[in-house]
Amino acid sequence: MVSNENMSTEAVVSRAHGNSLRSSARNLIARLYREKPLGFIGAVIVFIMITMAAFAPWIAPYPFDEPHYSNSLEGSSPAFIMGTDFLGRDLFSRLVYGARVSITVAVGSVLLGSLLAGILGITSGYIGGRYDTIVQRAVDAWMSVPPLLFLLFIMSILGPSALNVTIVLGLVAIRESRVLRGSVLSIKENAYIEAARINAASTGRILWQHVLPNVMVPIIILASLRLGQVILIEASLSFLGYGVPAPFPSWGRMLSSESRNYMETAPWLAIWPGVFLSLTVFGWNVLGDALRDLLDPRMRGTGGGYRS
Amino acid sequence: MYRFVVRRLLLAALTMFIVSIVTFFMLRLIPGDIIDLMLADFGYAADRGLLETQLGLNLPLYTQFSNWFFGLLTGDLGDSLWTGRTVAEELSVRYPVTIELAAIALISSVVISIPVGIITAVRQDTWVDYILRSTSIGFVAVPVLWIGTLVITVPAILWGWSPPLSYVPFADNPLKNLSVMLLPGLIIGVPLIGGVIRMTRAMMLEVVRQDYIRTAWAKGLRPRTIWYRHAVRNAMIPVLSLLGLQIPFLLGGTVVIEQIFNLPGMGQYMLSSLQHRDYVPAQTIVLIFAAGTVLINLIVDLLYSYLDPRIRYA
Repeated sequence: MVSNENMSTEAVVSRAHGNSLRSSARNLIARLYREKPLGFIGAVIVFIMITMAAFAPWIAPYPFDEPHYSNSLEGSSPAFIMGTDFLGRDLFSRLVYGARVSITVAVGSVLLGSLLAGILGITSGYIGGRYDTIVQRAVDAWMSVPPLLFLLFIMSILGPSALNVTIVLGLVAIRESRVLRGSVLSIKENAYIEAARINAASTGRILWQHVLPNVMVPIIILASLRLGQVILIEASLSFLGYGVPAPFPSWGRMLSSESRNYMETAPWLAIWPGVFLSLTVFGWNVLGDALRDLLDPRMRGTGGGYRS
Repeated sequence: MYRFVVRRLLLAALTMFIVSIVTFFMLRLIPGDIIDLMLADFGYAADRGLLETQLGLNLPLYTQFSNWFFGLLTGDLGDSLWTGRTVAEELSVRYPVTIELAAIALISSVVISIPVGIITAVRQDTWVDYILRSTSIGFVAVPVLWIGTLVITVPAILWGWSPPLSYVPFADNPLKNLSVMLLPGLIIGVPLIGGVIRMTRAMMLEVVRQDYIRTAWAKGLRPRTIWYRHAVRNAMIPVLSLLGLQIPFLLGGTVVIEQIFNLPGMGQYMLSSLQHRDYVPAQTIVLIFAAGTVLINLIVDLLYSYLDPRIRYA
């Protein structure tokens, strides 16, 4: 996390900080297991989903778009453990690849979103003044619009595609830039910021070297809380036909009208995608909550609320 | 207080202005879509130019914007490009559906979750607490779109019954209207129930650790008085702000549920106009939802000072 420049004390301190981050990641998992059993369960679920996403071609018995017309709408059997859909595609394989779609989109958009929220929150909090006012009014405007509606709107302009969904879902994080701005406002008052300024450090350098490391924890917490939310919004967008397009299997679209007609005769089509979706969201939510409680109990009350 | 309201209203107006600019120009960045659709599907006009002139799309962007925006200010919500009907006319039939859904969701979730949240706090670390709490965590994770899908399909499979899917206006037949709207409304509220239970519990537990509660115990007040008269009111304030913040998500839920239950609300109108690239209704609906959110948050802020007399707005 540190650029290799001259070995100033500052860089040494930062490097030590980086090492402690790595070992504290290991500690964190141990603490999760001991102190937050529910969060640990969440971590396990998340781990399973990520493994499924990463090794989908090896885990799924069939390619996600391989039709078996003679077996269409069949219940579970040794050949198709969770049954087949109206084209005779293996539901389990589609769900496994669905994990890939869901996790890729969610992680991509959360990284993008953290970058966006980080830039907006940090600069707005640190620079202040007119810039801050303008950014905050824009954030107000963003927070007043139901995210699903606005994202639908943008997706209908851009057209459905996995990349577009990922980028657009990143915007969800704008709401959280306000929390980061709040932390930056208090960090800004610290003596070490003043010291850096007296040493004629540039604003960019102060932001990168002194402010960013101090808001990393809130950024990570907010990102983990946002993952479940983003997965749900992706599912809703796909459900409404503006998300990840066919033939890629998205859990949300598997529940949509394209299979609704078959659900009465093939109830597994209505059940399994929802189970996968809910489990994943549950896993991310409880993991995010636990991380927040362990890393920064002061942030209790941020997120963890209602998701659409 | 008065000055606070005025300031907030001015800020709200600014917010609305920004939202309207963004939605307007974003949609116009990609021109001609609706023209192509209209020409291809219906042959509405002999050529593009004529159609553009008819729809007013040949005017400069800023003129189009100011026409639309100042129209909004005078209560003219514009005309649908696709059907030519006014958006106001269409919305007048549709807004009661969405408002009713949101109201059912909000009221039911508050009525259910605040008492449950208080119970989990009073019975902290008993099995009642564990069961209600784990249920509430589950409630937050289960997507509205899945519950909706299940509610439509599962009873049909098990009992050959499915919820009524034909909307009846409240004025025509209140009972029948409620029988259609109650279920979808409750479903939209489900994630909110989970969130509010957790928030209520957390806030109650925080409040009961405070000095004035200890004083109340020391005075020998009955536990009931302490919990329900001294603690609850103070615990409700953050819960209220959570409710305010969740309004946008609630409105997002109505879009999904209206689609599943085939209810002719604003969300469904938005989806159908997006399908036709019909800008005007879509941007108006976004703006109306934004206005609703801002208004509700203002009301929440004002309720604060009612619930907590220490909060005074200057």
